[in-house]
Formats: sequence, structure tokens, C-alpha cells
Amino acid sequence: MDFLNGITLISNYILIPGLTYGSQLALGALGITIVYSVLRFSNFAHGEFMSFGAMTSILLCWLFLSLEINLNPLPTAIIVLPFAIIITIFYCILVDKIIFKFYRRQNSKSVINLIVSIGVMFFTGGLIRFIIGPGDKNFFDGERFILKAKTFKNYTGLSEGLALKTTQGITIVLSIILVVLLFWFLNKTKTGKSMRAYSDNKELALLSGINPEKVVLITWIITGTLACVAGTLYGLDKSYKPFTYLHLVLPIFSAAIVGGVGNPVGAIIGGFVIAFSELIVTFAYKKIFFYFLPNYLVPDGLLQILSTDYKIAISFIILVLVLLIRPTGIYKGKII
Amino acid sequence: MKKILISLILSIFLIFPAFAKNVKIGIILGFTGPIESLAPVMAKSAELAIEEVNNSGNFMHGKIEGVRADSTCVDAAAAQAAAERLITSDKVSAIMGADCSGVTTAVLKNVAMPNGIVMISPSATSPALSTEPDNGLFFRTAPSDARQGEVIADLLIEKGFKSAALSHTNNDYGKGLAASIQKNFISRGGKITVTAAHEDGKADYSAEVAALAQAGGDILIVAGYLDQGGKGIIQTSLDNGAFDKFFLPDGMIGDSLPKAIGPDLNGSIGSVPGTDSPGAAKYSELAKKAGFESGPYGPESYDSAALIMLAMEKSKSTVSNTFKKSVMDVANAPGEKIYPGELGKALKLIKAGKDIDYVGATALELVGSGESSGSFAEILIDNEKTNKVSYR
Repeated sequence: MDFLNGITLISNYILIPGLTYGSQLALGALGITIVYSVLRFSNFAHGEFMSFGAMTSILLCWLFLSLEINLNPLPTAIIVLPFAIIITIFYCILVDKIIFKFYRRQNSKSVINLIVSIGVMFFTGGLIRFIIGPGDKNFFDGERFILKAKTFKNYTGLSEGLALKTTQGITIVLSIILVVLLFWFLNKTKTGKSMRAYSDNKELALLSGINPEKVVLITWIITGTLACVAGTLYGLDKSYKPFTYLHLVLPIFSAAIVGGVGNPVGAIIGGFVIAFSELIVTFAYKKIFFYFLPNYLVPDGLLQILSTDYKIAISFIILVLVLLIRPTGIYKGKII
Repeated sequence: MKKILISLILSIFLIFPAFAKNVKIGIILGFTGPIESLAPVMAKSAELAIEEVNNSGNFMHGKIEGVRADSTCVDAAAAQAAAERLITSDKVSAIMGADCSGVTTAVLKNVAMPNGIVMISPSATSPALSTEPDNGLFFRTAPSDARQGEVIADLLIEKGFKSAALSHTNNDYGKGLAASIQKNFISRGGKITVTAAHEDGKADYSAEVAALAQAGGDILIVAGYLDQGGKGIIQTSLDNGAFDKFFLPDGMIGDSLPKAIGPDLNGSIGSVPGTDSPGAAKYSELAKKAGFESGPYGPESYDSAALIMLAMEKSKSTVSNTFKKSVMDVANAPGEKIYPGELGKALKLIKAGKDIDYVGATALELVGSGESSGSFAEILIDNEKTNKVSYR
């Protein structure tokens, strides 16, 4: 019984939140990795693109709800997602046509592109606050839980509860679908292959007749899709507040770099590494020891390695460690 | 060109004295930020008192005007800039505010004291403000959290809670209140399993709640803000099944919280400064007549503004350093008791040379260095509403 309680405890506080947060980070890191491998710069505006996607979803949600279209018990955000994706893609392409294209024509160094992307980040952030305001927006509707902690306790008779929120379920399922689609596209389709060729060796790809503008267009379509889905899922699961997405850029970049920049598999692994280390390092292990150890061995303290205040620092620490020890990341990526 | 410029500048100086000279009172509250849902009612309450005095026509210094400014509740630099503007450009004679303890301390230290302006805060409750040097310029109509800590500890013990986890917002208000609750709860035989700070304005509080849940406890005390981290902590705790009962100190009381969380919050308890004296009812009536519902710290705001005006009348001066000496005089016994809606009468009594004892909306009694002795209302969340069930 104690053993089962311990397992439930870990699932409830580490496994499920970690999987959810990890999927959200992985989707974000994928977006950054793809822009990096094809367009060859670190896109700091990605966090705000996610925020833009989430904002579009919220606005469309309000529109749909006012027309009384919903998907009970699933949240309305699911129906509006395709439309939000299209708008976000449109925004990404617009930004590229107006701003990034200019620097691409000039053959600018990647660091200049990076600075430009920071400018885009601030502009997009301002635009979002201008449209939707800086406040907290909750756009979740429908059934809140797949499995309630109380129901689980009553059903199993365990003293620990296990909760699975609808948003967590949706996040994990949607992420899997999106990742499978992405890998199928990159590895099996002709356009995907041409993108990889362009990323591997630009000159050679151009010589063999690959249209660079088309590759760039596809890249932004993929980035916009990933950003919109990741942003909407994050906002749906937590709550939407524009400036939290600025803070999200750091763990996402850590995830991309830890996994190996430019490597899609690495981005996914990196996302989960960051998410789980944030949770594992700041978790208090008192109760777990209580369940797994005989009573006389259980210590009095909380057994917390770091206070939760330091959660954001963990991404930094991992980033520094990876850059020092294995600058290419877990999977061999490019060196920034 | 030069001549035009000079004459323009001169004409500005000529225009200025032409304005009628009103007495101005600054109303500096967090219209944006973590308590933005409370600030409008607080400001309206202060303006209600000002309007009442203006309508009575008994104020010896003429008309009074309230000037609003944004304290943001959390950004000390912004609050100081706003207060500085009130004093130097709007030329206010006194300040009703600020609201949150951190910005209030900053404004007092860096703006009000150097300029010699009286500040009466309706809602700064940090115990540290009791001992902050203030040249006799600072008063508050809200009780210190040292007192709220005692009340909360009493309430918890009475309701049979033996152990509690404590999460507080990481600022002066949260730390002060948490320390006071912890001290009093332990001295009454309770056990605090963990005290952990949370940052406001984050999207995700699952790590914070996970740590709190491991420590356990019969109830979770959330000394935060209802529009910010406090809400996040409660929502996440309920989602994870970590806690199902919460204690909500004053910063968490407001109808937006039960509305946001839903029926799961029913049964949670809280405390907020309040009283069942006839003054409170009279104030609610006045507020209703003026077209708004009374809210947390509304009565205190009304009293703060009223105190300023009564003290000005009593000392026959609008200069802060003169009328600061009269604030305690008008607030405390002896004298005729003054309730909300009787400000005109109070001014008349002062003019006739009689003593008054301002009771106001909160049964006000200033003690120590000029802070409310404090009566508290016990809150029960029921039916997705905050209900006051008893007073102490």
C-alpha cells in the first residue's frame, strides 16, 4: 500500500506535470531548432510568437463562444486552434517578408539576425499588450478534469490522490500528434527532404535547384504552427498572461541547446530534461521517504534540494553546464 | 521669435494665479497591479467622504478636491514618482494612501517625509510600519498585521485546525503577515508545517504547491493577493488535490476570488478588517446611494479621507506639519461620536470649539504611533460569495 501511495505521489507531483510542461517546452524548442537549422539564427521572438498564437486562440474562443459554438466537454480552444494556427503563420510570414527577408538579402551574419529577432520580440510583445491588454486571461471551458484527485482516492482507497487535468491530457496527445506529423514531413516528403538538404548545405542545395524562398516559407509555416500550438497549450494549461511568455524563452532555449541545436529529436529530449529537472530539484521529498523507508529512518526536514524560488535558475545552470561540458548538446547539434 | 517665446513664458506665469485655490488631497492607490480589483472602491470611498464635506459647505478652507494617482502596489519607483507628482505639480496638502505596505514605506520615506506631507493609509498593514520613523506624519486606519496574526491564530485554533502550511507572497506585506501568523499560531499550540514564499505574476505554481503538499497540514494559509499568486496557489492546490481548505487573510478577500475558483472554495475561511458597529452599516448605505458596493478596505478609505479633513478643520490649517498633531485628537475620545454621513455635523462641532470622537465606518481608535487598534471580521466562503459571519 505504501509503495503504491509513493508511486501515486510521484506521478501526481512530478510525472504528469513534468510530461505536460516538457511537451510544451519541446514544442517551443522544436520551433527554435527549425528556424536555427534552416535560417541559421536564434529566434528570440519565438516566445512572443507563442504568445501571439495563444492570444489569437483566446480572441477566436470569445468569438466562437458568442456564437454559441463549443465542444463540451472539451475546451473550445480545440476547435479554434486550426484558425489560430493560420493567423499565426500569416503573422510569421508577414514579419519575415517585412524584416527578416531584408537581412537575408544582405547575407547578414547570424548575430545581426539574432538582434533583429530581439527587436521583433519587443514589437510583438507590445502589439499583443495593445490588442489584448496585460492582464490575466483564463480561456479554459468545458470539463476541467479527466481524473479528479478525490475520485481517484475514493476509487482506489489510497491516501494519495492522482489528478489528471483535461488540459494536461490534451497537451500530451496534441504534442505527440504534432511531433509525429513533423517527423513524417521532414523525413518522408519531398519538401521536407529539400528543407533538410537546404539546412545541411545551402550552396549545394541551391545548385541542385531547390527554391530557397519556398524553403523559407515552409520553415515559417512549421514555426508558426508549432508556436501557436505550444502557446495555446501553455496558456490553456496554466493561464494566459502576456509577460509569462517572455520568461518562457529561457527554458525553451535551454531545451533546444541541451538537446543539440538544429536537431529536432534533441529539442524534444531537451524539453523533457529541462522540465523534469526543474521539478525534481525543487521537489520536497519528505513524503516519498515516508512511504518508501521504515518509519525510524524518516527525517524531520522537508528534504527539498532547492527552494522553488530558484526554479528559473535551474534552466540557467543546466545551460551553463551543457555549454561547458558538451557544447554540441546531447544529440550532436550545431555549435551556436 | 525670441520675444514671442518670452511673452509666452510670461503669460504662463500670469495665468497660474487665476485658478481658484482648492485644498487638494492626493488619493494614491494601486489602480493597476495585484490589487487593482479593490482600488476603485477604495478611491470612490475616499471621494465619497470628500464630496460629503464639500456638500456640507462647513469646511473652513473652502472646497476640497481629490487627485488620483497610481501606486501600482508593487513598484516602489512608480509609486514614488506618482507621489512626487501629486506633491510638486498638483500641490496636494495631504495624501490618502498608499495601499500596499512596500510602496507605502517607500513613499513615506522618500517623498512624504522630505516634503512634510501627512499620509493616512487605509490598507498598509505591515508590522514594520509601526516602528518606521515618520516625523508624526504617518497614520493608518488599518490595523497592523501583528494584530491580524493574533486574530488568525485564534480563529484557526477555535475551528480545530492543529497544523497548517503557510504560503506567502514574497514582499513586505506577505513576510510580515506570515511571521506574525507563525509566531501566534505556534504560541497557541498549533504547528506550521512549512513556510514558503511564492512570487506573484507567474503562470505556473505547480512546483510551489508540490513543496507545500509534501509538508502537509490541515489547512493552507495563503497570505497573498487574490488577483495574483494567491489565486494561482489555490487553483493548483485544488487541481492536484493537495489541500481542500484554505485560510484567506485580508489580501485574499474579495468576490472575484470565489467567482474565479468556483464551488471548490466553499467552506474556506478568512479574516478581513471590519466591524459590526453602526458605522459600517451607515457607510454601506452611503456607498449604495453613491452607486457602488462597499468592498474590502472601502470603509478604511472613507475614514482616512475623513480624518484628514477633520484634522485640517481642527487645527485651522492645511499645512501638514500643523494639522498632523490634530489627527489623533479627532480620531479618539473624548467627544461626540461621529459616524459616516455626519462629517458636516462634525465640522460644525469643531467650529463651535467642541471635541469630537471620530468613530467612522471602522469603529476607529488610533493607538500607538497612529494606527487602528483593529477589529476583524471572520469570513466564510459559502455559495461562491464572501460572507462576514462574526466580528472580533
